[in-house]
Amino acid sequence: MTATAPPVDRTPLRRYRRNRVLVQVGCIAITAFMAVPLYLITLAAFSSRQSLNEFPLPLLPTDVSAETIGTFLRSTGIVASLGNSLLAGAGTLLLSTAIGVPAAYALARFAFRGKDPYQLFLLFTRALPIVVLSVPLAQLYLTTGLYDTTYAVIGLHTALTLPTTILITASVFLAVPVDVEEAARVFGCTPLQAFRQVVAPMALPGIAAASIFTFVLSWNEVLGASILTLTRRTLPAQVLTSLADSSLAYRFAGGFALVIPALLFIAVMRRYLTNMWGSTIR
Amino acid sequence: MAGLVKTYPGGTERATDDVSLDVANGEFVVLLGPSGCGKTTLLRMLAGLEVPDSGSVAIDGRDVTYLPVQQRNLSMVFQSYAVFPHRKVRQNIAFGLRMRGRSAEDVTSKVNWAADLLQLTPYLDRYPAQLSGGQRQRVAVARAIVMDADVLLMDEPLSNLDALLRLSFRAELKKIVQDLGTTTVYVTHDQSEALSLGDRVAVMRKGRIVQLGDPIEVYDHPADRFVGSFLGSPAMNFLEARVAESGESVHLADGSVRAPALLRRYGGRDVLLGVRAENIGVDTKNVDGAISAKLEVLEPTGSAVLLTATVGDQQLKVQAPGTFRARPGETVWLTFAAETLRFYDAETHLALDAA
Repeated sequence: MTATAPPVDRTPLRRYRRNRVLVQVGCIAITAFMAVPLYLITLAAFSSRQSLNEFPLPLLPTDVSAETIGTFLRSTGIVASLGNSLLAGAGTLLLSTAIGVPAAYALARFAFRGKDPYQLFLLFTRALPIVVLSVPLAQLYLTTGLYDTTYAVIGLHTALTLPTTILITASVFLAVPVDVEEAARVFGCTPLQAFRQVVAPMALPGIAAASIFTFVLSWNEVLGASILTLTRRTLPAQVLTSLADSSLAYRFAGGFALVIPALLFIAVMRRYLTNMWGSTIR
Repeated sequence: MAGLVKTYPGGTERATDDVSLDVANGEFVVLLGPSGCGKTTLLRMLAGLEVPDSGSVAIDGRDVTYLPVQQRNLSMVFQSYAVFPHRKVRQNIAFGLRMRGRSAEDVTSKVNWAADLLQLTPYLDRYPAQLSGGQRQRVAVARAIVMDADVLLMDEPLSNLDALLRLSFRAELKKIVQDLGTTTVYVTHDQSEALSLGDRVAVMRKGRIVQLGDPIEVYDHPADRFVGSFLGSPAMNFLEARVAESGESVHLADGSVRAPALLRRYGGRDVLLGVRAENIGVDTKNVDGAISAKLEVLEPTGSAVLLTATVGDQQLKVQAPGTFRARPGETVWLTFAAETLRFYDAETHLALDAA
């Protein structure tokens, strides 16, 4: 009854297995590319000074000490500038969300005259180098008395992050079906309530993504912050100016102090980014 | 619910062109029409999601034409379900009640009642993403019926369900709405849904209501050719025919059928003869007064056999009993009962009236 089957050709199976291994290797390589510098910085920040100069450099934490990082944190201006940085980041986040989210909603939901030029115009801020933006801003801040305050930095950073905030959140609002919003209206919501109760929660992952960009940009931005402030430096500006001529160990500690808060922030926001009600983007 | 008239130019053409419709309290009215006929626009103006250019909408004697959506005391089932994905089923159903500020007790009992009615009780603590399409639609219906709204609006609520589910949910929906007794306006492009659900059916075309009546009347006495061919499966047959000078018979191809009395006035005129496939008798032998036709295709459907035949050069569909046997190419004999024939003006395609 059964027809004789042709011999099973195992070449495609072998190819499939080989490709899977290659993909794994690729993933590991890319992960390592990201993770190894982080590890090295952390290692150096928590090693004693002598062990940094050893050769070959120990790749395992053999000589853990909080000495370097402790001295770094105690040195002048570091803790203050860390505070400034956090303040600038939080301020930028608040301001750019407050301005950007409504703008994004308008872009996503309403057809209005000049919509396309407006979208293009948004990106123009980023087309200008930060230096070109900062110098006139410094002039303006000097005359208004805002110079050398955290507000000055918040203003600049908000201007820089608004385009990304608006464009990212606009695309998220586009993905929220109009139907759902209309349903909220039919069931008794005013437009504002419909936004707060239904649209905003649904757009939360996108807003979280935008806020990561915003915070990290504000955290990392050096040039504008160092032009606009003198005594109230943000951490990167402080590190850049004060550690340029300090020892190698302190530089590692500075790098570590710069990376960690941003990483922590991303880790916190990640929850909102990937957790969609009942279905998780894996 | 009182009369409403509205015009709404969308682009160059009017989406709804001076439509007036009275829906009685507790009535189930179906707006039926092909896509783009303005039925959804009409519903959206009723809901307040669309602002009419002119005309008015009144509910229970209260003018609501320009009233914001949330103040109209309506509820609605959307085609895409439009359940809130970030809220659990329980909160979805309770949403409208909460917004209206009902007491927690009231909300809980209402939600439990609706969940029980729609068999959603086991799923109350799930998110919509964890439900199937049919269950999500149940949530949307539950959310709408807990509202005690003046008018319940439904925008093609069944069209996203698969065929089997659609059929079973249709009956369920009809029962629920019947028991509730809420005034309902239901939009669909599915003629079988319209016929089976509505107390009255409003057939729409190009922004106008072409015919409004109870389902059987609309099915049996289509007001024009469009209604006849849109309703029913298969569509009504329309054949070119000529009324005899005497007005007593109608010539169709090489035969003739007896004309009803209303055709006396139309002696010698060309008319369109409309007849439903199930109202045509078919035989393989010649009987008195029958018209010969050539069989083209036979499609057994189980309970019946659907025949495609040509009379002269005109094609028509005939529904024969399931036991009917014949081969394509054979000649069959068709008989027409005068009381099932409808006559239409050859040019305007409107029904001829006796007056």
